[in-house]
Amino acid sequence: MTVITERCKGCGLCAAACPKKIVELQKEKRNKKGYFYAVCTDQEACIGCAMCAMMCPDCAITIEK
Amino acid sequence: MERNLMKGNEALAEAAIRAGCKCFFGYPITPQTELAAYMAKRMNKAGGVFLQAESEIAAINMVLGAASTGVRAMTSSSSPGISLKSEGISYIAGSDLPAVIINVQRGGPGLGGIQPSQADYWQATKALGHGDFHLMVFAPASVQEMVDMVVKAFDKADEYRVPAMILADGLLGQMMEPVSFPEISANPTDKSSWAADGHKGKREHHIINSLYLKPDELEKSVEDRFARYETIKANETDAELYLTEDCDILLCAFGATARVVKSAVNEARAQGIKAGLFRPKTLWPFPVKELNEAAKSAKKLLSVEMSMGQMIDDIKLAINCSKPVEFYGRTGGVIPNPAEILAEIKKVGGAE
Amino acid sequence: MAVVFERPKSLLDVPTHYCPGCTHGIVHRLVAEVMDEMGIEGDTVGVCPVGCSVMAYDYFGCDMIEAPHGRAPAVATGVKRTNPDKFVFTYQGDGDLAAIGTAETVHVATRGENIVVIFINNTIYGMTGGQMAPTTLPGQVTQTTPFGRDPQLAGYPVRVCEMLSTLTGTAYAHRVAVDSVPHIRDAKKAIRKAFETQKAKKGFSIVEVLSTCPTNWGLTPTEAIKRLQDEMIPYYPLGVYKDTTEEGNE
Repeated sequence: MTVITERCKGCGLCAAACPKKIVELQKEKRNKKGYFYAVCTDQEACIGCAMCAMMCPDCAITIEK
Repeated sequence: MERNLMKGNEALAEAAIRAGCKCFFGYPITPQTELAAYMAKRMNKAGGVFLQAESEIAAINMVLGAASTGVRAMTSSSSPGISLKSEGISYIAGSDLPAVIINVQRGGPGLGGIQPSQADYWQATKALGHGDFHLMVFAPASVQEMVDMVVKAFDKADEYRVPAMILADGLLGQMMEPVSFPEISANPTDKSSWAADGHKGKREHHIINSLYLKPDELEKSVEDRFARYETIKANETDAELYLTEDCDILLCAFGATARVVKSAVNEARAQGIKAGLFRPKTLWPFPVKELNEAAKSAKKLLSVEMSMGQMIDDIKLAINCSKPVEFYGRTGGVIPNPAEILAEIKKVGGAE
Repeated sequence: MAVVFERPKSLLDVPTHYCPGCTHGIVHRLVAEVMDEMGIEGDTVGVCPVGCSVMAYDYFGCDMIEAPHGRAPAVATGVKRTNPDKFVFTYQGDGDLAAIGTAETVHVATRGENIVVIFINNTIYGMTGGQMAPTTLPGQVTQTTPFGRDPQLAGYPVRVCEMLSTLTGTAYAHRVAVDSVPHIRDAKKAIRKAFETQKAKKGFSIVEVLSTCPTNWGLTPTEAIKRLQDEMIPYYPLGVYKDTTEEGNE
């Protein structure tokens, strides 16, 4: 799971959708637009279901398996 | 060349089809309805599209859609209907789309009447919709000119990517005259650089748009369009000058009114009054150069209109108010007759 | 590593102007995915009228036309009638489709115009800052219903799919939502079916998409999703309201 950080607007819909609860809006780093962007906290646990990407309004998530 | 006796409204329609108009979107309104009815009969057979829209507003936006894909598109209406189209015409102008709009004028304001009028001159030449824009306005005075000007309007609209209007009136629309349809080679303009008709994966996507949220970008787009308007003003004015060489009094009239005025001018000449006629065939751009030429020897100008006096503004501007400009008009659907115009010529001083 | 999810090619690789959590982006993606899957981007003309999605011409890769407020169905009619082999879709909001453009909407449907209408219902005018829409729910607070929409004063919301499904010209009317992954999958199927209906020249299709407007609702994106589920879906039930696409195929 890769977040294109500059496209992320920090809406959090991905985090809410993740069945493994491994996507979160971190509160330290902002992108150039000033948004706290989403990160995957545990790539190993990612099952590649793409639910986060399905909910993302900004096509800011790419899923590879 | 074959000549047919045709009603003005039908001649407008036939000319459009021969000029390669591929679609007509209309809505019933008197006194232009024969145009739509003719299109309904002929257009599909000619391989085009006729559609009666749910409103004037929808009709002009169907024109916008069709014109966006690069096809020749037209709509027609009468005065109250043109008001409804004004939003769409502004968008068409702002999107640099060619289209032809026909106004067979009737009396106004409001629902007004259904008899001939020229009271939409201001609307057509100054304010057909919001924003900085113009459309080319052609003013025919005969059924033959209606034919010729429709063809020209399509060509010029394509050439300059502007909407063009035929400003006729109920008299011209309803009357019958013999017309011939010259060999019209629909002048196909290459629109592939901008038309939004599917990119087939072979080019960048095209956008038809009039929205510019950044002021400097909008200003630039308007300035570019106005640069084109300057070319149109320089190249596309047209007028008829009749007995103007030595005239003392120059009558100015367009469209059906000019026919009546011409009779009055002839009668005045017969009575020894040196009257002449200036008849603009393009109302925008207004034939400034031609008017100054026509007015060279005149001491006075007399604008005759089927309105309370609208073109008179452009006449004064064109000659920089260098000579007195009088006005005579009838409105509300009343057509002036030659005798009352002759009386006016004598009254304002052509008789001394 | 195989890519299992990425941006569809028909959605241009540019940032959008939409607010964080606005579901316009999801619906854009679904339309673009359908264009990709059907291989029709180069044969499609999209029409986006005034509203938040007016600048969608910068996002979709197909040819695009920006239409006056409410007039997209008329513009699309002009395109489709003169280019019957092209795919034509409109992408309209609730104020556009169900208030200022109601006449165009009803007549494009009753003519059975062979186009697809994507209708975004988020119960509010977004672009102008959150005024009452024809779909604003009773009691909903907006800029122009500061005490909540009072039907005695402002009338009742319009249920568009229900209304259009009464018209013979409508071939397919389906209301979907983009509040959850299962619903998004359904929405995608509906949009695909609408484009297939157009391909088969079976007439007019509308896909109404219940969407969110976190900014003008004054909610966080996740709260907005919850409001869609708790308040909008009960008032605007999801489902197929009309489908005549299989009729007359025997």
